[in-house]
Amino acid sequence: MAELLGYGIVLGSIITLGAIGLTLVYGIARFGNFAHGDLMTLGAYLALLLTTNVFPALGISDSRLGPLSFGWVMLVSFVPAMAATGLVAVVVDRLVYRRMRRLRVPPVMLAMASLATAFILRSLIYIAWGPDFHFYTPGLRPMLMLPLGIKLRPDQIFIILIAWALVVLLYFFLQRTKMGKALRAMADNADLARISGIPTEQMTTWTWIIGGGMAAAGGILLGIDSQVRPEMGWILLLPLFAAVVLGGIGNAYGALVGGLVIGIVQQVSTQWLLPAYKPAVAFTVLILILLLRPQGIFGGG
Amino acid sequence: MSLLHVESVVCGYGEMEILHNVSIRVEKGEIVSLIGPNGAGKSTLMKSVFGLLSAWQGRILFAGDEITRMKPEQIVRRGLCYVPQVDNVFSSLTVQENLEMGAFIRDDDYRPRIQEVYDLFPDLKGRRGTRVGKLSGGMRQMVALGRALMLDPHMLLLDEPSAGLAPLVVELIFERIRAINQQGVTLLIVEQNARKALESSDRGYVLVDGQNRLEGLGRELLADQQIGELFLGR
Repeated sequence: MAELLGYGIVLGSIITLGAIGLTLVYGIARFGNFAHGDLMTLGAYLALLLTTNVFPALGISDSRLGPLSFGWVMLVSFVPAMAATGLVAVVVDRLVYRRMRRLRVPPVMLAMASLATAFILRSLIYIAWGPDFHFYTPGLRPMLMLPLGIKLRPDQIFIILIAWALVVLLYFFLQRTKMGKALRAMADNADLARISGIPTEQMTTWTWIIGGGMAAAGGILLGIDSQVRPEMGWILLLPLFAAVVLGGIGNAYGALVGGLVIGIVQQVSTQWLLPAYKPAVAFTVLILILLLRPQGIFGGG
Repeated sequence: MSLLHVESVVCGYGEMEILHNVSIRVEKGEIVSLIGPNGAGKSTLMKSVFGLLSAWQGRILFAGDEITRMKPEQIVRRGLCYVPQVDNVFSSLTVQENLEMGAFIRDDDYRPRIQEVYDLFPDLKGRRGTRVGKLSGGMRQMVALGRALMLDPHMLLLDEPSAGLAPLVVELIFERIRAINQQGVTLLIVEQNARKALESSDRGYVLVDGQNRLEGLGRELLADQQIGELFLGR
């Protein structure tokens, strides 16, 4: 049980990274982005490209970092992979969603367009990398025995640390910086933000960069935890939405708690259920919240 | 030269024409109120001045420059700020953060201005860290006014500042509006509460069915028999 709890926190940290971006995008662009899972996949593949193709081609050699299964090249790859994924999200916004915003289409049409984007992104990944599984680094990954019967791989401790470091960074950005406060203001009341002279299109761009970057980090961490494959993010989309709804749609801090809860519930459920039912567990949680407390745990009345 | 000059404006939503040829002038330093029954087009006029609606015909001049087809984000930079009737605060942000957002486009140090706003609304100072959604209606209206004052505007457009407030609070808000005016800010106020607005105003315009009906000094309009019957409940 303690072991499953540990895995749950690992999965929950990854879900949180995706869910925060999803909820921020919802707050600013006002639609549920069905392509968010595939942005995670894209981030994971870009890191794969960097660690297995780009850096070796540049003649840069790598060595493992202590007990971790990967080296510093992986660490360095986070930044460009996150930036590139954020950029892809911005480009999609410019090409598709911004035009639709100007035509004042209803949010459900934007959500449908994002579903199409999800399929296109995934198809491009299939074309570029094929349907096979990939590992960032092959080989065995030993377990660490921690107190209280918790068993985690060193990689998984790294995943938790990186995910929470990013969450803390985002927290300070939203709480302390002018841009972060303006993002919260716009999510709260877009009309008043515009009246105050806040450049709303520029804010939307920043939201996609942050949301895409966080998604990419989540995708890479998911790849480190298991393997890199074209469906990895798409499968996570339902848990992402469940986490967002659980925390109250548009509430970044809610998404943080929602992500952890969904991750833990999914993993702990495997005590009694086959792992294949994990998405069904997330789905059940989602339905229960919608029925019992549709505004989410932290949503106001 | 008037600070604000609305010249024969025709405007509406979609296909529906709301304003049929409305003209008003606001001189520098004045408080002018715009009164009239529900649906007369008062808020529509505010929105067209502030660029939230595009005027179909006519011209709008601010400080001598044409702002007719400008966007709100361009208009605020000229020192014309707007307080909408509803949703005029960021309720999930703190009082202080609301004021900071009002100063978003300022690149200079706006902390002295925040202090001036707190001096104008001393009640807000002790609540600077409180989320605005938790405040009373009157306090929220103060935050809304404070946000709009952060740019040190030449002129404020207020849409129904007394809406939904208790009589004592309305009194307080209008008293603060006069204080804002004494600091040199010109004000155009749309009000349902015609008596309250006219008492505080230098001049007033009466708008009926999207057209100018009457205009005059505040006290003249208050004494006017026709207006008394129409809006003041006499």
